[in-house]
Amino acid sequence: MSFYSVLEQYQEHDIEIITGSINQQTVLRSLNKNTLTIEDFAALISPAALPCLEQIAQKSHDITRRYFGNTIHLFTPMYLSNYCNNRCLYCGFNHDTQIERYQMNVDEVENEAKVIASTGLKHILILTGDAPEKASISYLQSCCDVLKQYFSSISIEIYALEKKNYETLIESGVDGLTIYQETYNKKLYDKLHPTGPKKKYIFRLDAPQRGAEAGMRNVTIGTLLGLDSWRKDIFFTALHASWLEKHYPETEISIALPRIRPYYGYYQPEYQVSDQDMVQMIIAIRVFLPRCGITISTRERASFRNNTIRLGVTKMSAGSTTAVGGHSLSNQHNQFEISDKRSVEQMAAYLEQNNVQPLFKDWERF
Amino acid sequence: MQDDIFEISGKKLSSRLFIGTGKYASDHMIPEVCKSTGACVITVALRRVDFNAITDNVMKHIPSHMQLMPNTSGARTSDEAIRIARLARATGCGNWIKIEVITDNKYLLPDGYQTAKATEILTKEGFAVFPYINPDLYVARDLVNAGAVAIMPLGAPIGSNRGIRTEEMINILIDDIDLPIIVDAGIGKPSHACQAMEAGADACLVNTAIATSENPILMCKAFADAIRAGRNAFLAKAGATSQLASASSPLTGFIHNDEGLQ
Repeated sequence: MSFYSVLEQYQEHDIEIITGSINQQTVLRSLNKNTLTIEDFAALISPAALPCLEQIAQKSHDITRRYFGNTIHLFTPMYLSNYCNNRCLYCGFNHDTQIERYQMNVDEVENEAKVIASTGLKHILILTGDAPEKASISYLQSCCDVLKQYFSSISIEIYALEKKNYETLIESGVDGLTIYQETYNKKLYDKLHPTGPKKKYIFRLDAPQRGAEAGMRNVTIGTLLGLDSWRKDIFFTALHASWLEKHYPETEISIALPRIRPYYGYYQPEYQVSDQDMVQMIIAIRVFLPRCGITISTRERASFRNNTIRLGVTKMSAGSTTAVGGHSLSNQHNQFEISDKRSVEQMAAYLEQNNVQPLFKDWERF
Repeated sequence: MQDDIFEISGKKLSSRLFIGTGKYASDHMIPEVCKSTGACVITVALRRVDFNAITDNVMKHIPSHMQLMPNTSGARTSDEAIRIARLARATGCGNWIKIEVITDNKYLLPDGYQTAKATEILTKEGFAVFPYINPDLYVARDLVNAGAVAIMPLGAPIGSNRGIRTEEMINILIDDIDLPIIVDAGIGKPSHACQAMEAGADACLVNTAIATSENPILMCKAFADAIRAGRNAFLAKAGATSQLASASSPLTGFIHNDEGLQ
């Protein structure tokens, strides 16, 4: 069974009309439940919930503290390669973008690992474009062999794989999968991905499931906020996360909330996502899915990230660069501009000053 | 009254409050938490310990007099739990191990079967095994047979702070299992811990309720007091309770009438 069959049931529903028809009483009733349904989640992301944001935030804060404590898990991305066969309209590594392409060799990966590990980080997220002929499974295995020596946990954010390839990478030391659907709107998805392997909507939609079946400990999903109306995409993200939690209880499911950022290209997002919208998403997800990890990246401003720490966020990237070998090589091109440019040390210091423990290590390959 | 010493696995413990290291705003609070609770036993998740850390390391903050009880948090199978236990011992954390095998991340309920498997193997290797379980009599009996040194039933799901929701099942374990019963998980308030102790639990493990309170150090003291109060009440044996008042017209009063009884 695929999540697609669940998604299909909602094809006829206009989520914005549904959330637009919810009243404040419904919001409060949903908020006061112990266990929420997806309809309750719709109430919490509705316009009618705006006057109740503080109440929802208080509940979200309490739940987060009970399940995750006063902690934020830190990690950083490592870009291995920016070769890409896709033409995603919103992406700085789009095949047609005239930038210098590069893929680190294993020695360069090791140098990059040393620089990142010197910050104390133990969890790494490795990224590539969608070009299996370059960033092949065997290449990724070689990288993992090196990275294992420096990091206790390795996650991947790469092109969608078959289950057997996820299994291969798990054997090589990978324990986490991050994969974004970008948008659940199938027509828009088709438009945004004119050609390339990523065009296969269902193959991508089912990737988190294949990862969980292969034995990934952590699976993180999400959309690129701003491509479609955020209420629609976050509704389906939460539905997807809830479905994964139910069907793959051994896997820790997380939601990342990347807002589209300026990049080297011409695509302008059609929808605006405000800070208030982001807050509403974070707290609604937490109340609906108490155990779900929530990630906010350095795409966001430092001041905004600081304020989300107490709302329900559990994971943050820090000391990030979005260029291949961005920590140890020079003159590389960024996938997009980061906003919070604090180093890992500065981020950890900020957390400590605000009575939050930065978690550098949360798992290792036992 | 004689000193109420809790002896387990050859250790004499002056406190029946076990504590944890997770969820604190800073590991620097741990020494004060140990002091304020008067606890002798502290559990620590090996998954979070980085013995080679260039940043902070939780182990540095645990006072040397504390009995370490590493736990296998994060293990999804008995094999993972076993590997974590062996690593704990190999890295100098001693031979006490709290087995946590959780295969359901949504509810965080322990897997009794995997826990029993890990317990059986680890006790043979000389570990003092403290298995964390749902309060299930059959699983508890399997764990007794597997050589566990105590049983750690949950009062409510981890982190829920909802109290001793499994009271009836825990009472059965207290009655039937000849091993110490240490109530773990779900204890959200000192009154919950007191309730468990009053019912005859041998100890309680409390983490979330202390670590996430607004004033953890004051909460430490509150829990220490509650555990002592509950234990003393258990030892003092509370008077019998009844849902009925003493009837003013007793039905059996005639027994004492001269004319009533032949």
